[in-house]
Amino acid sequence: MPGITREEVAHLARLARLELKPEELDHFAGQLDDIIGAVARVSEVADQDVPPTSHPLPLTNVMRADEVRPSLTPEQALSGAPAQEQQRFKVPQILGED
Amino acid sequence: MTTTTDLVSYEDALASYDPVMGLEVHVELGTRTKMFCGCSTELGAEPNSQTCPTCLGLPGALPVVNATGVESAIKIGLALNCEIADWCRFARKNYFYPDMPKNFQTSQYDEPIAFNGYLDVQLEDGETFRVEIERAHMEEDTGKSTHVGGATGRIHGASHSLLDYNRAGIPLIEIVTKPIEGAGERAPEVARAYVRELREVIRALGVSEARMEMGQMRCDVNLSLRPNGTEKFGTRSETKNVNSLRSVERAARFEIQRHAAVLSSGGTIIQETRHFHEDTGSTTSGRVKEEAEDYRYFPEPDLVPVAPSREWVEEIRAALPEMPLARRNRLLAEWGVSAVEMQAIINAGALDLIVATIDAGADAASARKWWMGELARSANESGKSLDELAITPAQVARVTELVSKGDLNDKLARQVIEGVLAGEGTPDEVVDKRGLKVVSDEGALTAAVEEAIAGNPGVADKIRGGKVAAAGALVGAVMKATRGQADAARVKELILEKLGVSEG
Amino acid sequence: MTDNNVNIIKLTAAETAARIASGELTAVQVTEAHLARIEAVDEKVHAFLHVDREGALAQARAVDEKRERGEKLGPLAGVPLALKDIFTTEGIPTTVGSKILEGWIPPYDATLTKRLKAADVVILGKTNMDEFAMGSSTENSAYGPTGNPWDLTRIPGGSGGGSSAALAAHMAPLAIGTDTGGSIRQPAAVTGTVGVKPTYGAVSRYGMVAFSSSLDQGGPCARTVLDAALLHEVIAGHDPLDSTSIDAPVPPVVEAARNGSVEGMRVGVVKQFRGEGYQAGVIQRFDESVALLKELGAEIVELDCPSFDLGLSAYYLIAPSECSSNLARFDGLRYGLRSGDDGTHSAEEVTSLTRAEGFGPEVKRRIMLGTYALSSGYYDAYYGSAQKVRTLITRDFEKAFEQVDVIVSPTTPTTAFPIGERADDPMAMYLADLCTIPTNLAGNAAMSLPCGLAPEDNLPVGLQIIAPALKDDRLYKVGAAVEAAFVEKWGHPLLEEAPSL
Ligand SMILES: [Mg+2]
Ligand SMILES: [Zn+2]
Repeated sequence: MPGITREEVAHLARLARLELKPEELDHFAGQLDDIIGAVARVSEVADQDVPPTSHPLPLTNVMRADEVRPSLTPEQALSGAPAQEQQRFKVPQILGED
Repeated sequence: MTTTTDLVSYEDALASYDPVMGLEVHVELGTRTKMFCGCSTELGAEPNSQTCPTCLGLPGALPVVNATGVESAIKIGLALNCEIADWCRFARKNYFYPDMPKNFQTSQYDEPIAFNGYLDVQLEDGETFRVEIERAHMEEDTGKSTHVGGATGRIHGASHSLLDYNRAGIPLIEIVTKPIEGAGERAPEVARAYVRELREVIRALGVSEARMEMGQMRCDVNLSLRPNGTEKFGTRSETKNVNSLRSVERAARFEIQRHAAVLSSGGTIIQETRHFHEDTGSTTSGRVKEEAEDYRYFPEPDLVPVAPSREWVEEIRAALPEMPLARRNRLLAEWGVSAVEMQAIINAGALDLIVATIDAGADAASARKWWMGELARSANESGKSLDELAITPAQVARVTELVSKGDLNDKLARQVIEGVLAGEGTPDEVVDKRGLKVVSDEGALTAAVEEAIAGNPGVADKIRGGKVAAAGALVGAVMKATRGQADAARVKELILEKLGVSEG
Repeated sequence: MTDNNVNIIKLTAAETAARIASGELTAVQVTEAHLARIEAVDEKVHAFLHVDREGALAQARAVDEKRERGEKLGPLAGVPLALKDIFTTEGIPTTVGSKILEGWIPPYDATLTKRLKAADVVILGKTNMDEFAMGSSTENSAYGPTGNPWDLTRIPGGSGGGSSAALAAHMAPLAIGTDTGGSIRQPAAVTGTVGVKPTYGAVSRYGMVAFSSSLDQGGPCARTVLDAALLHEVIAGHDPLDSTSIDAPVPPVVEAARNGSVEGMRVGVVKQFRGEGYQAGVIQRFDESVALLKELGAEIVELDCPSFDLGLSAYYLIAPSECSSNLARFDGLRYGLRSGDDGTHSAEEVTSLTRAEGFGPEVKRRIMLGTYALSSGYYDAYYGSAQKVRTLITRDFEKAFEQVDVIVSPTTPTTAFPIGERADDPMAMYLADLCTIPTNLAGNAAMSLPCGLAPEDNLPVGLQIIAPALKDDRLYKVGAAVEAAFVEKWGHPLLEEAPSL
């Protein structure tokens, strides 16, 4: 499957919200290709009838009671905000849906 | 947005095409706390005052599942006749959006907690239509953004946005139908009836108030057309966040007309997101994305699988309340009303009030009569819904009790209700304050009757001569003299007695 | 530095706590001695990203006051600790070694931080690490590399190189690490210290900045097995805020550490853990360790764990996949760095610019790799298969532990390599975790402790001991026995041979 193209890297970078410079695209394309080439071996087991492990311990049904716990104060919540206004996080223009 | 859209008439659209719908409804649960943290879900709090490291997505924070959220999901699943998974997981749906603190939504993907069910819905004429349910799964809501600097407070043209994460993490259940086929021209009506029935079910379960105007229940309408007589589905449009029953119906109808116009002019429908506009009843195209979203779902490693034991599921099933449709059909039979009358009661929002009034001691006919008559009129006049009126079912029941005991007649009862609605107190207080008691003192009544006979000798003669119907005039005179507080039936009896005639 | 201070910083945590409890030393004295040591040597070592002098002294004073009031002190009360900068600390900067969190002051304490405070452990400051714990050398820190106290031109291991270096340079007798693919054990190995990755779920991850959620595990770092056990007991235990936390009593690790023995135990040696890429001196010291175990009464059993060969590959799919999602929250909108917010860029663009500036190359590489492995069309081949490998590795361990009580191996194939040597060769760097990764994938417990110096470079070699899940106490029982035997053989702890700085 390896053979990661520059275009694929650019697509991945957009999905991952990473602004990459042209030279970075080439650099990553080469490195990702190497790494994927090295780890692609795992697909040897793709056809094996083995359940995948998503969690290392076989726990289930860990839940909490529907009881209110103290929240942060708005000041604490906003304490790390790069910008704020009206007790809200201020963010640049959102490219919307309409 | 003022782009004009070509439409064909609804009738023409249906003459050539068969609509297929898919409805996705998100319901915000009424749990005390959020789905994955202990923050309160109370409405109306100050911005960002109900957030914690978890629902703000701070580095290091972890989620823990709200047990009531899971229980509510199972309740909904069972009410929708679904199978309940004996093992399922949460998954991460990865995409960036500023109102989503972690930039992934904790949701469920290929392992929903409930799947494969159906909901029977009733159309206006009483016909029942079965809507198949694909799945119901658990997820979380996003924060709320306010767009600043644009002309209309809309996202478009805004200079920046402000984010409040109080809503982020509130439990959502997403309920997805299978493709709804065979509804034909009634598709928009089915869509509306489905969402209405679903809302009734959710409310009956007590898991949410499901108030659409508050965003507690939101509907996406997916619609496609195929030429009549064909099997293969057409390309669908996805109209997002249609937030009232009426809008659901209008959006479906509009899309049928729009699709038909595109298709019949030889065009093709593009699969896209559309937005519904309440003011015009139309939909417009959403932002076209350069590339398809790839949500990169994978099992949420921070949450362990949910494996509801069969005992738990059966316990929940056993405790389910009667479902709204069954209940309506039962009441319909018990009350002996027609489907049309029942529908009128439901449309008026009177069903629960009537039942509560009956539960408080009234007979069914009286309870219906008051709520659908006097009270409906009053609500109508004041522009309120029935449940907003300042009278309780128990108070209505008390009025009917006073009537049946003979303490009030209908006319006085109306005055009592008027007094209660005006805030004058309980029915008994209004009776006292306004002095509204049927005059049942025989002496006083007899005197009033004799006075009326003496004052209307002509009428009295007619009655003596056998024209019993003329007694009405004398009854009226007595009622007038007693300011309506006499028992009209008793008055008539006394008049006939005095004049020595017997009825019929 | 006074002689007295030298004596204080050479004490083990257990000894330090005992002297504070007896009144022989005050907690403030102990803390000041360590702060002085940091002052003296950390310019060269660069183990700390932030030293919380005032906070540490305040904690120490509180311990001394407690003692004066006659209150009973916990087993580590007053003992200084170096905390990996991956755990949140309320009011104290937490950077995870990344520029994207430069200056971020968390509004909350991690559960582990709370437990340390509750146990009166004195937190000296936050230690350097590979950015977001991605790396095996601490060279990926946005704040510059940490030197290995044995040779400052060499790496102290990673990602927890700051913690291991702080221990080896006697800047703290205790430290905290986190281990996703070996980040506690490999730094311990290359610095001649002790590090334990407990069973997954033993130590709460709440407040530990996530790299790969299903692999990450916090654990104790120390200079002796007993000290590690004492710290293990403080930080482990059920946490209702972490859904993956084990709801069971902590295994009796301290008791095990006090009663080291391998008499009658079956010890496994996995045939996959040697061969190409292993340094001769590492293999030599490992083989001597196996011989020692035999001498001490253990029975040695050869094991075949064929799926371990796929461990590294599975790891480099699972960890990047989870990290690509875990690190999505660093978008420049709610906390941390924000770049490009000049009024011309949208939120989406600001997020991309922020991430481009705030993340280093290794982090970007793994985010891209994970994004790729999870994307539609590749999921089954990569992420799905990697999760299957995980099952196979777990089964290999299960089979192995039917035959043996513990498994031993070299911790890492080589001794500390020079800073810069593997910086541009990610695959070479990844090999450092060859022997540690299977345990992270399966979720069981493992320890690294010193087993000598490689003859060719005189640098420490680590012996890894692996135990079944929930049997963390076996690590300490075996570790304590091996440690005692080595110290007896060498005549002193290995660290005594480290150059003074
Ligand atoms: Mg959804
Ligand atoms: Zn919260």
